[in-house]
Amino acid sequence: MLPEIPQSLYYLLSAVLFTVGAVGVITRRNAIVIFMCIELMLNAVNLSFITSGNFLNSLDGTIFVIFIMAVAAAEAAVGLGIFVLIFRLKGTVHVDEFNLLKG
Amino acid sequence: MDASIIPACEFRWIMPEIMLTGWALLLLIIGGVTKGPVASKTSGVLCVIGSIFALYFTLNLWGTNLDVFNQLYTIDNYGTFFKALFLCILILVSIVSLRYADREGIGSGEYYALLMFGVLGMMVMTSSHHFITIFIGLEVMSLSIYVLCGLLRGNATSVEASLKYFLLGAFATAFLLYGMAMIYGSTGILDVVELKKYFLLKQPFSATMFVIGLGFLIVGFGFKIASVPFHMWTPDVYQGAPTSITAYMATGVKAAAFGALIRVFFTAFIPFQFGWSEIIWVLAVLTMCVGNITALVQHDVKRMLAYSSIAHAGYILVAFVTADRALASSMLYYLMAYSFMNIGAFTVVIALEKKGDNNSEIDGFAGLGVRHPFYALCMSIFLLSLAGVPPLAGFMGKFYVFSTAVKAEYYWLAVIGFLNSAVAAYYYLRVMMYMYFKETIGEPGTVDRAPQYGLVMIICIWALLHMGIFPKTFLTIAQKAVGIFG
Repeated sequence: MLPEIPQSLYYLLSAVLFTVGAVGVITRRNAIVIFMCIELMLNAVNLSFITSGNFLNSLDGTIFVIFIMAVAAAEAAVGLGIFVLIFRLKGTVHVDEFNLLKG
Repeated sequence: MDASIIPACEFRWIMPEIMLTGWALLLLIIGGVTKGPVASKTSGVLCVIGSIFALYFTLNLWGTNLDVFNQLYTIDNYGTFFKALFLCILILVSIVSLRYADREGIGSGEYYALLMFGVLGMMVMTSSHHFITIFIGLEVMSLSIYVLCGLLRGNATSVEASLKYFLLGAFATAFLLYGMAMIYGSTGILDVVELKKYFLLKQPFSATMFVIGLGFLIVGFGFKIASVPFHMWTPDVYQGAPTSITAYMATGVKAAAFGALIRVFFTAFIPFQFGWSEIIWVLAVLTMCVGNITALVQHDVKRMLAYSSIAHAGYILVAFVTADRALASSMLYYLMAYSFMNIGAFTVVIALEKKGDNNSEIDGFAGLGVRHPFYALCMSIFLLSLAGVPPLAGFMGKFYVFSTAVKAEYYWLAVIGFLNSAVAAYYYLRVMMYMYFKETIGEPGTVDRAPQYGLVMIICIWALLHMGIFPKTFLTIAQKAVGIFG
């Protein structure tokens, strides 16, 4: 149970985390840091789902969180694979270095 | 009935999905134990056979309307229509890959397995009205395609495309999920059909959280359908990815994203049409204009087709704005026509590419009319269809989409759409001009005369002519598919 703390504060925290993540994705230049920011956004979503589920007395939100965590893990596996591939090719994961495709 | 028990008989409704999963796992095993060109050919042929079986099972489902697995999954004409479309795309792409993937050395078992898993994700995504299932389908599709984009491991552009698609795709998914979280937070419902019932009882409903959630949902889907201003990844990824995968993404992913978008919005959010249709109106105009105007200055045919695919998303959004549930069939018809003409055009691009070099400068098309008249003729037909010239399917698609807008009295939108098609004709015809009225520039590249490419081109041309000359047959099918919104 989550006593006394009002629902809106949870949502506020979730929104702040999401914004921090989104700003990070746009401003950071290291692919791994960008990916960590995306994970932060996903966790903000999780917090929002948990809060809603708890206050609405509904299990759907909690179940959705488990799915999101599973998918985030799969995404991390694929993502890190891609980072390794590009590091072998270029020796860096700095996204500004990848500018072959433009126009 | 105890909700925790899934009756075994329900599994027969998802035979196409089971078929694809089993077949893809089989291909993975084959890819693990065999090597070399024979293995690649075998997996390719098996993939085509498996998809044809899955298509057979899918067509058997036509006319069935029921919810299975405790309303988490739905079998209806709308889903079946999209499943059949995805499987047709899969069959055509695998036939092209028989030659292309072999040539590039990526045609092992996992290539075809990933193609099948991708289609599995698309099928799940379009045949559910529950947010969890839609999300899982979306991710199964996206994860397969992130990997497929980077399969040319030694090629810097391919890996770069993969990285860009992965980062922006994951970013977009977060937005989509936050939208779902907000809609859940304000209503407590994750099921689109339940949402519809909820809104009917609670009219007028306007929680701030819900409105923001709807906005995030549009952003998330906007990324996947590549609408402006969420289109930045499209040209880079389409240009860098292996060309067979570009054809697969440009058609399959777009159709799947539109399938889910139309189902979610046309089922649940019709009462809020006055709100979101204005946003989509702006998106549609921007998408058409930016896509077409940027395509004008491209020198790479693959990149030009990428911008043209953005513009086509704009045309489909024109019909989406009207929120006319009966005329949603025009969007389905357009997606069908668009898939065949794009796969055809990309197949010609593949045939002209050199091994290990996935650039396709427009100069390479110069003099093609003399060097290889058959490919030049095919490419002309696909380009004319993309430009919307009768009697090809592209024309009927545009006609239906714009007449939907006119019927709903969105006159300006239709006018902007018409003007855009006129602009688009310029860059499509420019490629034709290069093929027929220019001398071959420099050393002519070898043209790959593999029968697989010819077969795919002939199938696509047949489909385009058939859909263009007898549009009523296909429109009736599309109308039956959108009957679920009625």
